[in-house]
Amino acid sequence: MRTLSYSGAILEGFREKMESDEDVFILGQGVTNPWYVGDSMQDLDKIFGAERVIDPPVSEQGMNGVVVGAALAGMKPIVVHPRVDFLVMGIEQIINEAANWSYMFDGQISMPLTVRAIINRGGEQAAQHSQALQAIFMHIPGLKVVMPSSPYDAKGLLISSIEDPDPVIYIDDRWLYDLTEDVPEGLYRVPIGKGKIRIPGEDVTIVAISSMVPEAEKASNVLLEDGIKAEVIDLRTLKPWDTELVLDSVRKTGNLIIADAAWRTAGSAAEISAHVVENLFSELKAPPVRVTLPDVPAPASRSLEEAYYIDSGDIINAVRKTLDTN
Amino acid sequence: MEHLLDIYRSMFTIRKFEEIASRQIVDERIRGLLHSSEGQEAVAAGVCLALDQNDYLTSTHRGHGHAIGKGVHINLMMAEIFGKVGGANKGKGGSMHIADSTVGMLGANGIVGSSIPLACGAALKAKIMGTNQVAVSFFGDGATNQGVLHESMNLASIWKLPVIFVCENNLYAQSTPSDYSVSIENIADRAKGYSMPGEIVDGMDPLAVFDCAKNAVSRARDGDGPTFIEAKTYRYRGHFLGDNPLRYRSDSEEFDWKKIDPIPRFRVFLLEEGGATKDELDDMELAINENIVRAVEFAKKSPFPSHEELEKDVYDNYPKDQLNRTVSSME
Ligand SMILES: Cc1ncc(C[n+]2csc(CCOP(=O)(O)OP(=O)(O)O)c2C)c(N)n1
Repeated sequence: MRTLSYSGAILEGFREKMESDEDVFILGQGVTNPWYVGDSMQDLDKIFGAERVIDPPVSEQGMNGVVVGAALAGMKPIVVHPRVDFLVMGIEQIINEAANWSYMFDGQISMPLTVRAIINRGGEQAAQHSQALQAIFMHIPGLKVVMPSSPYDAKGLLISSIEDPDPVIYIDDRWLYDLTEDVPEGLYRVPIGKGKIRIPGEDVTIVAISSMVPEAEKASNVLLEDGIKAEVIDLRTLKPWDTELVLDSVRKTGNLIIADAAWRTAGSAAEISAHVVENLFSELKAPPVRVTLPDVPAPASRSLEEAYYIDSGDIINAVRKTLDTN
Repeated sequence: MEHLLDIYRSMFTIRKFEEIASRQIVDERIRGLLHSSEGQEAVAAGVCLALDQNDYLTSTHRGHGHAIGKGVHINLMMAEIFGKVGGANKGKGGSMHIADSTVGMLGANGIVGSSIPLACGAALKAKIMGTNQVAVSFFGDGATNQGVLHESMNLASIWKLPVIFVCENNLYAQSTPSDYSVSIENIADRAKGYSMPGEIVDGMDPLAVFDCAKNAVSRARDGDGPTFIEAKTYRYRGHFLGDNPLRYRSDSEEFDWKKIDPIPRFRVFLLEEGGATKDELDDMELAINENIVRAVEFAKKSPFPSHEELEKDVYDNYPKDQLNRTVSSME
């Protein structure tokens, strides 16, 4: 097997899926611009032509509506927003339309739509170009949400998202693009709704989302030096999330840390925490701890970014404090 | 004569500011994006000179020229680009988000199209309160494809708002040429659909822009409603500092537009017909350069914001303990 980068794995997923299924097409403002999508869409327009890889005018509301319509008509469209922030401009079509169609029309028409949006934090680009908004989508019935953290999953979850009959929000993070690992050639799927134990352990469960997975792994390695065995779970799908995997782990460890590089209030970490507390209250040795961003918009200045973003150090602190109370 | 010199001063300041700020971005390894407005100076200078200080302005990612035109101090701007405490927003906004409410600059916006209705809102205030102020929104050709531009134009028209829509058509939205993305040759023709005047103006000619803007401003102040101005112009650099524009446009096209660079042409005009002397202009240019060098010094000396600054100003008024530090109840 050869290794691929995270962005290279996304690119290969797009290419192989488009080769194998002519119903798949891409609509994405700026997808031909490397500064937005890195090499994750390189030359797709040249390979598949401007009919199947469309770089439209800046019209997010229109774009999102067009892909919803194309999905209704039987295509498997992928709409790409090079920043999650731009997707917000057209969010009506996702929340009121795409998410509701299956239910409102009692399953008559499916909505095989993939919405890919990229998180681009930490580039001194301030509040409108750095947001992580997964919780908004996780909140909406009718949407599925995936956030791969590794090259293998980036490709496998992309293919699953495109093939899924429901609207899937696929969120990737520019901070992960240079990660590399073995990635098989050819189409394969990573199931939507299944998390993965990245590092097994019995003292504490760390549930990590997207870019926090490598940080949780780092934290786990550091903690091991003190004899603390942390189990790192990569959630991979936020909706529907793998409740069984997380509950089983917390049953074993009795301690839960959730790491999500997004806002705290009503965030994904809050949902996971609530679910675990509701189901395993008496088995918890300490209250679950959320390691998240503060409820503050992203600042531009590099010194404020330092204070704003979280990393393995924050996870380590949270684990130590939790175990101290055991 | 004085306003001619003012126009030149404004254009020259914008050009030098962009040049010097661009160098600083590289030297200081600032990762924030800088979208240079070099080439488009005549539009910012011409429009802003037709405004009073208490008129309102909303702007875009390519907003340095608009801010300078409206009178934001270049020290505040440079320090903001550096992400320093001395910046217009204490480093929280960076290059794409410069605001100074004391001179009516309501803020530069990083979301394409979103600043347009905000100008309508400021104009609505002026109308309701009878303050006689006008509001201007600058935006690009790309932004005219957002639905919100069309909604804004319709609202401005039915409510006769004292607002001026200024489209800087620089032929590209990132790498997308406007002759692909816009369905008509002249974007100003879209104004017809909202029954307001749609003016086309040479965006490389600051006097033409100034005259056009002056008419629109008096229309707005007289209660006759909005005007749409399309200024045909060109950005000399890539979309942002790291973009190579030759990926999507030809060097001969760039060359042709640089031949009609507004700054040297206006300088010649000032010398030949405007009654300016060479010494006078040389001195002015020298002084502008020095001011910008001083702005860089100011930015360098200003400290980075302390970590305590992070959580300030999320709201005007909010219980601080609910801003939710990273780690929950444990701390
Ligand atoms: C809603 C939204 N979509 C996409 C972008 C990315 N983007 C930034 S600038 C730009 C092009 C804007 O073109 P135009 O309005 O012509 O202004 P110019 O850059 O030419 O000044 C785009 C698409 C954005 N910032 N906001």
